[in-house]
Amino acid sequence: MSVNADKMVRVFERPRSLTDAQFSYCPGCHHGLVTRIVAQTIDELGIQDRTVIVAPVGCAVTMYEWFRCDGIQAAHGRACAVATGIKRVNPNLIVFTYQGDGDLAAIGTAESIHAANRGENITVVFINNQIYGMTGGQMAPTTLVGQRTTSCPDGRNAQLAGYPIRFAEMIAQLDAPVYVTRQALYDQKRIMAASRAIKKAFQCQVEGKGYSLVEVLTNCPTNWRMSPAQSNSHLMDEVVRAFPLGDLVDRD
Amino acid sequence: MPKGTVAIDQERCKGCGLCIAFCPEDVLAYSAEYNRSGYNVVYMKEPERCIGCAFCAQTCPDIAIEVYRERKPRQR
Repeated sequence: MSVNADKMVRVFERPRSLTDAQFSYCPGCHHGLVTRIVAQTIDELGIQDRTVIVAPVGCAVTMYEWFRCDGIQAAHGRACAVATGIKRVNPNLIVFTYQGDGDLAAIGTAESIHAANRGENITVVFINNQIYGMTGGQMAPTTLVGQRTTSCPDGRNAQLAGYPIRFAEMIAQLDAPVYVTRQALYDQKRIMAASRAIKKAFQCQVEGKGYSLVEVLTNCPTNWRMSPAQSNSHLMDEVVRAFPLGDLVDRD
Repeated sequence: MPKGTVAIDQERCKGCGLCIAFCPEDVLAYSAEYNRSGYNVVYMKEPERCIGCAFCAQTCPDIAIEVYRERKPRQR
């Protein structure tokens, strides 16, 4: 489609810090949105040449291929520990981890909590889609009570498997974190709020203030067995009741 | 209302339909076309109604949409 450049001005384009590679996420997955928002933040703050991505194990495992930044892929759950090492060796770098709920809140619980408790000057982007997406939709620590997954086909039973972990609230108990927030992406207003939150989290690191965590409630249309539009409604109606939105810590 | 238009990269589009759901002016719709990956792609069904708000682009998980808006007279 041709656009008359004399009459029209471009108001939205692909962030410069992304490569041309197509995301490997499923259709309608909010992962792509968060990845785009992070890239836009990197553009806006002008930190592309000194940003290091610590990719997780999960759907975003090849994240370093989508950014024109340096990146490393950490062992499962160890992204915060790897980020700690990179940041301590070269404090001038902007280091962020991008982890799902299986990576950060299950196998990587210890690393994630202790990095926060030490107040490492890193940014953690936590993608909470309440399920193990890449491995085929098994129950995660964040799965809602009653939610059906492939490993709890009758729904999560709290007597057997406990309750969903509210990770942002756990981190908010600590003294060191500077900015802890929970955001969602189910409508336009929320997308704008999440963009501001992610920018603020990176800003905290750029200014040397300390640890920041942005938990983003996302969908998983494939494993939730919903259309992308239905998954947005589910987030708005059900998920935010278990995971309240908003800033939990703001010592900025 | 300003006039706008969008450019949809047909090969990036995965046909998830979030842009159709987010568009406040009902400009977008599924086309009869399928791209090389087999996804039913989106097109501008009613291009004259587009206001260039970029809601579609901001919700597109695959960054398949670029948005253009008419220049204001003083920007010319």
